[in-house]
Amino acid sequence: MLRKLLLGVFTTLALPAYALDGDILIHDPSTVTAHAGRYYTYGTGNGLPILTSDDGWTWRRTGSLMSALPDGKPGTEVLTRGGNNTWAPDVIHIGDKFFLYYSAPGIQPKSAIGLLIGRTLDPTSPDYHWEDGGPVVWSDGIEDSNAIDPGVLLAPDGRLWLTYGSYFGYIRLVELDPKTGKRRYPDRAPVNVAINSEASIPIYHDGWYYLLVTHGSCCQGANSTYNIRMGRSRKVTGPYLDNMGIDMLEGGGKLFAASRGRHIGPGHFGLLDLAPGVQKFSLHYEADLDRGGASVLDIRPLLWRDGWPIAGDNLVAGTYAIQSARTGTVLELAVQGFPVGGFRPRRPGGTGPPPEPQSGPPVADQEPGQVSAQWPATTDVRLAPAMLQAQQKWTIAPVANAGGYPGSPFFRIMVAGTERSLTAAPGGELTAVAFNGAPEQLWRIDQLTDGSYRIAPKSIAGAPAALVLSAAGSSMPTLAKVDPTSDRQRWLLESP
Amino acid sequence: MIRVAVKWRVLGVVSICLGWSESAAPAELPAARPAASSLTRPNGATQRVDERGFIHRWLVLEPVPVPGRLTEPAVKEALQLAALPETADAQRIDGGNVTVNGTALKWHAVETLNYNVNLYHFAWALSKPTSNVLFWVETAVDSPRDVTGVRLAIGSNAASRWWLNGEPVIALNDDRQSVIDDGVSKRIPLRKGRNVIRAAIINGGGATDFCARFLDENDQPIQGLTVSVHSLNESD
Repeated sequence: MLRKLLLGVFTTLALPAYALDGDILIHDPSTVTAHAGRYYTYGTGNGLPILTSDDGWTWRRTGSLMSALPDGKPGTEVLTRGGNNTWAPDVIHIGDKFFLYYSAPGIQPKSAIGLLIGRTLDPTSPDYHWEDGGPVVWSDGIEDSNAIDPGVLLAPDGRLWLTYGSYFGYIRLVELDPKTGKRRYPDRAPVNVAINSEASIPIYHDGWYYLLVTHGSCCQGANSTYNIRMGRSRKVTGPYLDNMGIDMLEGGGKLFAASRGRHIGPGHFGLLDLAPGVQKFSLHYEADLDRGGASVLDIRPLLWRDGWPIAGDNLVAGTYAIQSARTGTVLELAVQGFPVGGFRPRRPGGTGPPPEPQSGPPVADQEPGQVSAQWPATTDVRLAPAMLQAQQKWTIAPVANAGGYPGSPFFRIMVAGTERSLTAAPGGELTAVAFNGAPEQLWRIDQLTDGSYRIAPKSIAGAPAALVLSAAGSSMPTLAKVDPTSDRQRWLLESP
Repeated sequence: MIRVAVKWRVLGVVSICLGWSESAAPAELPAARPAASSLTRPNGATQRVDERGFIHRWLVLEPVPVPGRLTEPAVKEALQLAALPETADAQRIDGGNVTVNGTALKWHAVETLNYNVNLYHFAWALSKPTSNVLFWVETAVDSPRDVTGVRLAIGSNAASRWWLNGEPVIALNDDRQSVIDDGVSKRIPLRKGRNVIRAAIINGGGATDFCARFLDENDQPIQGLTVSVHSLNESD
């Protein structure tokens, strides 16, 4: 029997099933960064190991970042201020430069955050080169801070900010010069914004600054208690308060992401702004139980509710009703439907009292075998009121070895219990035919920041631009250019 | 000898050693370290709780070395290892000496400038270990009247055990940050006159601190309490 899942706008009863594909072993990943058609992240380890992906779903290890430096290690001043470990980097693209900040701890809390400056992330490019920018901030081993775990934000006003710190005292914020990547006011004291946490990074959204940090302990596999927490402030300098009004300087922090399903210890938040209405976040889990408890990379949807970010989950396989947010009607094969449990005569009218309602035995769900004998081999697809009929129930399942996009593999969308697959037809219309694995039958399903979904074919032969599923009317679905403001292109995946 | 908590991160199947690194320890101690920046000596016989109800004045025993594991069985073992001898009551005063598990330790009266007591500051300033340790802390809270339906509310980094007037009221295990009102007791009576709080805070590595206050039946901080750390013998 097909598993039925309830996937509400903001909550799922289903647990996340996928944590990317390929070689995704990493700890303390930098914010996943898109550049020149690829995705990159860097992690803790000897020389800062590099993970690269062509699509955001399947990853591979491509050497270490420090190997591009003349000595293969941090510069002398970084080593003097901190030490010779290389941990927990973060990277940001400003203009024609990439600024990469990394932790160089010695005997903690003596540590430094070093800067590397490059013009491309692509190691195969002739322009690939990293220049040592020296230490940006450091801790002397005595003060109430440990200068590791950099997180950077380029605010909408063009100012660049760096937060850093760990369990030896304060999380601190300094302003950087967007032209050089170095401190803008090196003589000013850093601002304390939180305490006793790790992996801090500020983000901005709709008039608020948010500080994401990781609480708990790392590096013990399934015994790690890492969890991501946050506070917000109208000013980048704080105070950052949680949902209960507790300052993060006093240990406050609203939960953003905790252990779930087969993944223990989420940490090291990084924001991916992929497109209008589509935000995701990169992170690592301390332990992926499906990979022997190793620390792995993941990318998940980022939602917003009541002024706070919400950690979404990538879509899991299941059977859904695909409901238009515009019309409330659901996607179905364009075939004659039959009422669940068979036809019943309309209750007679008249002037007399209505008959007493009568209960009866349970009515079984409608399966396609009961009603599909008259369905044509190829059908159009349309929208109709939800009636729980067989042609309205869609099984969404990942397609192996077909690639994907940040956080998920491509899916096929098939009428439950059949081989009839939603297919993008030439000209931007829709049909349903047997699955053959063509790009027109591979679907990208992105959860949007409001919790609804955008559904798009991988590609359509001859189409000049990316098209997405769109409700042209109450009964007519089509494919149309992306309009992030329109409910036409927002879909809810509900229990059928 | 100074010991420094070192966190090792190893890529792949990540493992961790959060504890002592003997090889990393400097050979010589500095002669004297600066005083703890967040702590002072108490001034005056008593002190009122602050406007948020936090208790600032405590008697803190120098840290007792323990394994530093933070599971419930490990915390119980640490409490046994670091148990205060019954004969030590008379020495529970500022400057009083007590021997715990073979180690001579001293009580210190401190007053925190913040809402919390930073035990990392406390131990570091004394050139004492900050990781894999247990701290005993005590204070006396005087209430002007009997109050029922009270809750002791604490935050601790990391695991902790709390007693009020000799009765266990809060137990927190595992590695954790000090979060205001993290551990909250069941409803308990606060008696008129002296109420003695005793706690043990166990730290694995990194920062360590705690905070404590009393909440009323509406979860609001209780004001008007006075705190002292003179002669905390419960028989007094």
